[in-house]
Amino acid sequence: MALILTEEQAMLRDSARDFLSEQAPVSQLRQLRDSADELGFSRPLWQQFAQMGFTGVLVPEAHGGLGLGQVEAGVLMQQMGRQLCASPLLASGIVGATALLRAGGPAQQAQLLPSIACGQMLATLAIDETAHHRPQQLATVAQAQGASWALDGSKTLVLDGHEADALIVAARDASGEVGLFWVEATGPGVHIERTTMVDAHNAARVQLQGATGHRLGLPGSHAQALQATLDVGRCAVAAELMGVAEEAFERTVHYLQERKQFGKLIGEFQALQHRAAHLYAEIQISQAAVIHAQQALDANRPDASAAVAVAKARAGRTATLAVQEAVQMHGGMGMTDAFEIGFFMKRARVLQALWGDANHHLDAFARMRGY
Amino acid sequence: MSTVLSDATPELAEFRAQTRAWLLANCPASMREPMRSEADICWGGRQFKFTCDDQRLWLQRMAERGWTVPTWPRAYGGGGLSGEEAKVLAQEMRALQCRAPLQSFGIWMLGPALLKFGNEAQMLEHLPRIARGEIRWCQGYSEPNAGSDLASLATRAEDAGDHYIVNGQKIWTSYADKADWIFCLVRTDAAKKHTGISFVLFDMASPGVSTRPIQLISGQSPFCETFFDNVRVDKRNLVGTEGGGWDVAKYLLGHEREMIGSIGDRAAAKPVGQRAVAAIGLDASGRLDDPMLRAQIAEFEADEAAFRLMMERAGDLGRAGQAHPALPSMLKYYGAELNKRRWELMMALGGHDALEWESERSRQGEAARTWLRTKANSIEGGTSEIQLGIIAKRILQLPGA
Repeated sequence: MALILTEEQAMLRDSARDFLSEQAPVSQLRQLRDSADELGFSRPLWQQFAQMGFTGVLVPEAHGGLGLGQVEAGVLMQQMGRQLCASPLLASGIVGATALLRAGGPAQQAQLLPSIACGQMLATLAIDETAHHRPQQLATVAQAQGASWALDGSKTLVLDGHEADALIVAARDASGEVGLFWVEATGPGVHIERTTMVDAHNAARVQLQGATGHRLGLPGSHAQALQATLDVGRCAVAAELMGVAEEAFERTVHYLQERKQFGKLIGEFQALQHRAAHLYAEIQISQAAVIHAQQALDANRPDASAAVAVAKARAGRTATLAVQEAVQMHGGMGMTDAFEIGFFMKRARVLQALWGDANHHLDAFARMRGY
Repeated sequence: MSTVLSDATPELAEFRAQTRAWLLANCPASMREPMRSEADICWGGRQFKFTCDDQRLWLQRMAERGWTVPTWPRAYGGGGLSGEEAKVLAQEMRALQCRAPLQSFGIWMLGPALLKFGNEAQMLEHLPRIARGEIRWCQGYSEPNAGSDLASLATRAEDAGDHYIVNGQKIWTSYADKADWIFCLVRTDAAKKHTGISFVLFDMASPGVSTRPIQLISGQSPFCETFFDNVRVDKRNLVGTEGGGWDVAKYLLGHEREMIGSIGDRAAAKPVGQRAVAAIGLDASGRLDDPMLRAQIAEFEADEAAFRLMMERAGDLGRAGQAHPALPSMLKYYGAELNKRRWELMMALGGHDALEWESERSRQGEAARTWLRTKANSIEGGTSEIQLGIIAKRILQLPGA
């Protein structure tokens, strides 16, 4: 398959770009932050996402979604990255829906997916427990209680946790098997603390004290389903990172073309030209890795996890370089809150850490390659 | 990364199946083993000595199908394949580990230039002989005082009616001592810089041509100084128009840059990580027993995997008409730097064993010599700094200095 967007995918990209730059520019995030908005995202924007079907991009048509793949989901995430758009699409429409698709039984899917697809219900994955992404080291436990389960443990960096209707909690049962459990956010024993984050996007810490959960799907290990769900999430984050990198880079190049010092445009200075050109190369190469990972997931290729590890590692490093160069090349202006470029640095930092940073994924990649 | 390939159309899938069957039936077993070194490359040409019968047979069979140059028209000795078909052929050859039957500057550089700028007689004369590996070409570009600033070249071609008389000196002429013909940039007008340059072809056996190999830090001599003393060049061997040589040269440099960008890929056999495991071993937890080197290799291999995908994507963008014309500069820059990194890691993982310069054990210092050779990757074909300048100006539209 060619490593470029098809005509339909390119059309989706263009319409998402136009729509988001008009309806959800970076100034919207600033406004949400400065007003300490209770929701942390724009409800009207989310309704528009629902009308366009974005909320159900990955949900099969039989369950009311668009039934599209990772390339299309990535196209949306990348355009959202360009505008730093705060939205539950990643948490619920992409990762929440994928967890249900991978681990849920037919009845659960039929019951829950349509309301996720139309954006009415928000479901988010609760996986991390410490300051670092260590999915193999789950300490949250699930004890059978008749037909349901009692969950105990604590979770961090639960995306959109404070406004979610349900948490999909990763925990171990008595036999040590990994399971995914559906927990109503308003149920007893569920304590959710909204965490104000550096990037002004939405996350929460969650305490579970005997909280009631329903196991997704049939008994048995969900380790593979969890891995597959995380890979979908990581791939979407990689796409968002590419959007952040691209936009920060384009703004920086534009600045180099108009800022004057010493009677010259600063873009004439070779020291800056070469750094900008190097960054261009890194962005192009990471983009190739990201579209390959999306296609690999869509085709269920056996090496999809390796492709995602490369994509997330590359996108994280590339975006980090892009925002660092952006702030430096904007000089003092880049340090001001009034200028938007700093928002990109903040978002890149969070996305880098989300579901494994570059070091995590390079380590995983080395293991997959036998060293 | 191994991939399960899916084809866009049933015709392509059918082509893939037929191609695989033909390769399995026709590629000799010894030509499906990884190349051990540069010495296993088939360059063709009047002076070339095949390392074995299989190598000769493999070239002959592929040349008969036109698959040494799959996308060239059949009339000129090519395979007449579409871009998609050529990609399938490359993928299948890679999957079966078939060696390239022929590599040459004729294929990578002169051929594409002749297809774009040559006349019918020139294409009929030269392309089939390139495709069959009969004539080996070298490139006469750089001069002692025209390196990065190539357009200041001074080798002059004086008009002598139906022919030119060429005088001057080239340097860094790759394999000039092994080549049969040269494609050469000469100055036909001293008053103009870029538009005073012409692109001519001539036989290296012509009277007045001499070469002198330059010994490099690797101890090897892949480059020569090349001298022209009243060399006669027929005007029928002028490619394009007189004074139009710079356009041909720029077009061809793009191809050279792609070639150098992919140089690590061509020689690649065993991944660096696997080599490190063989040389150093694993610790109790199954990790390479050198944590800092492990981290550097993982970073390298991720970049290498992504770069390979970029090379593939560049082809896809090209076929879709979406590639920026200066994209080869980016590929050349990154590929060259990546190959240098590869060989720094190869030296690190090789340790003391990689430091030997002579001996059977070290295959005559192969690691150390290759490591040193790669330092030229970011100098030849336009330095890394020249490429970055091209990206900055042509792609990013940053103002000229």
